[in-house]
Amino acid sequence: MNRINKVLKEKKDILSIYFTAGYPNIDDTIEIIKQLDRSKVDMIEIGLPFSDPLADGPTIQESSTKALKNGMNTSKLFEQLKNIRTITDIPIIIMGYFNPILQYGVENFCEDCKKNGVDGLIIPDLPMDVYLKQYQEIFKKQNLLNMFLITPQTSNERIRLIDEISNGFIYMVSSSSITGSEKSYGEEQKIYFKRINDLKLKSSLLIGFGISDNNNFKEAINHSQGAIIGSAFIKHIAQNGVYKISDFINKIRGITI
Amino acid sequence: MYKSYNVDSEGYYGDFGGAYIPEMMYSNINELKSKYLKISSQPDFIKEFDELLKKYVGRPTPLYFAKRLSKEYNTKIYLKREDLCHTGAHKINNTIGQILLAQRLGKTRIIAETGAGQHGVATATVCALMGIKCIIYMGEVDIKRQAPNVARMKMLGAEVKPACSGSKTLKDATNEAIRDWINNPVDTHYIIGSVVGPHPYPDMVARFQSVIGIEVKEQLFEAEGKENPDYVIACVGGGSNAAGLFYPYLDDLKVNIICVEAAGMGINTGKSAATSILGKEGVIHGSKTLLMQSNDGQITEPYSISAGLDYPGVGPMHANLFRSKRADFVSITDKKAMEWGLKLSRMEGIIPAIETSHAFAVLDKRKFSKKDIIVFNCSGRGDKDLDTYIDYFKL
Repeated sequence: MNRINKVLKEKKDILSIYFTAGYPNIDDTIEIIKQLDRSKVDMIEIGLPFSDPLADGPTIQESSTKALKNGMNTSKLFEQLKNIRTITDIPIIIMGYFNPILQYGVENFCEDCKKNGVDGLIIPDLPMDVYLKQYQEIFKKQNLLNMFLITPQTSNERIRLIDEISNGFIYMVSSSSITGSEKSYGEEQKIYFKRINDLKLKSSLLIGFGISDNNNFKEAINHSQGAIIGSAFIKHIAQNGVYKISDFINKIRGITI
Repeated sequence: MYKSYNVDSEGYYGDFGGAYIPEMMYSNINELKSKYLKISSQPDFIKEFDELLKKYVGRPTPLYFAKRLSKEYNTKIYLKREDLCHTGAHKINNTIGQILLAQRLGKTRIIAETGAGQHGVATATVCALMGIKCIIYMGEVDIKRQAPNVARMKMLGAEVKPACSGSKTLKDATNEAIRDWINNPVDTHYIIGSVVGPHPYPDMVARFQSVIGIEVKEQLFEAEGKENPDYVIACVGGGSNAAGLFYPYLDDLKVNIICVEAAGMGINTGKSAATSILGKEGVIHGSKTLLMQSNDGQITEPYSISAGLDYPGVGPMHANLFRSKRADFVSITDKKAMEWGLKLSRMEGIIPAIETSHAFAVLDKRKFSKKDIIVFNCSGRGDKDLDTYIDYFKL
């Protein structure tokens, strides 16, 4: 069984952490993963930096720009991940925009994901129809799960379609926004969360975007199987370096030591 | 089998086009896709569009026979005078069309990106005309370079927001506009200024600009007794003025198409915007097209002396015209373009925008016969470029 499916099957209150590969320093990738493993997060999303991240707010944009300046690229990331499965069993997802993957060659990319311990992909600008027509088979061949996003604007009909073809979790974007906006969840979100839960989808739901503290983490896991945190985590390592990661994770989970 | 160079039902031009968008944009793009043809073919839309083009923009623009130029090059040269449009370029044809569409979609807030500021001014203008809130994203670097256009947008009541990410130019302004749209999916329409972006934008913008080519047909028939020239020639950044002129001729293979790109300092100098030569297939701003990028797929910065040609991609229609060899692509350096700015001024009394100047330089690059009829799109006037001309020629 794919590691992602195993976690989805066995765990509740899932915490998935996103960070940008190559940030703050080019060689931090493995150290960050080790720390996340020690802090007992449930999933790890590694952002493949892109020059033009359309769906991302300033925090992830800046981390991507810095990572690219540091020399991060697709081959470099795979090289860093080479022995990752001797270090951790946590599922690893690569989140990246489509163009760098297209240039690497989608088939090569998927092969190298498999080879280097990656379990799934989130490619925000790869549309569902193109995926189904051209890439689904390639992903499946390497046992890579593809996670789709839904937003408050996504129609029920489309959500059902996404649910049908999903083989991992559905990434539920909390509000109509780019990443890193910190609004607390209002009525509108609650109605949206309820609407989605009422659909009784077969896929697990993880909520992402705008989660930055224990309060909204609790909100998120109230309405879903887990939460994804990116910008707030990147801000934390920007300020505190990569060796105090467990402080952040404990705070999010509401664990006091 | 009949092969069209126009868009297919899936939003592709050959291998290019489509809608490579994050889910956050899906509902807006899908709404546009399902409604743009229907709305823009309704009688009341057509009537209002035509009337505004006539009474507000000043259409039809003349098709002018350039006598002295024709004599020097021993061929027949016509200029489609888009430089005479209100606000100084063809850009307003599209913004009029899109504002009418936005109103019918019930949108109350308009956003747009701009490089040199021409599309920003054209958008601010139609927003003032309709009394709709307008926000223009412009790279921080461009805001400094194009102060007069920033002032014009502000006079027209638009808010100009600096794009401070990346290289702080056109592509970053586009990213910021897209991010704004993601944050405001319900009340906002995004007026893209060129035939770029996800489907249906390239087709929608091309249709609104097609008035250029459609007028040329009629005007050429009047002048020459035939609707079709031997050549249509236009500069290409994103490609909207070219798409407008070429539109009715795309599938008429007897009409030769020439696209003129900015070579900047020269193709191999690292300071160029000749996307067809330097680009590879990729995805930018929601469209699969030819695109200047690194081997890792990071989008690289183009360079041209003209801010309007300074875009790392090109519209999917043009990418297909290039790959299918339907069009001839020529690249022109800054130097050549600037010389032609001066030459057109002195030979025909028309000071062109520097973007437009690039197109005319084809006359030195390709041979034309005495009997050939050539139509250039004189896409914009040079007022906005006076500072650059002054600096360059020490006027």
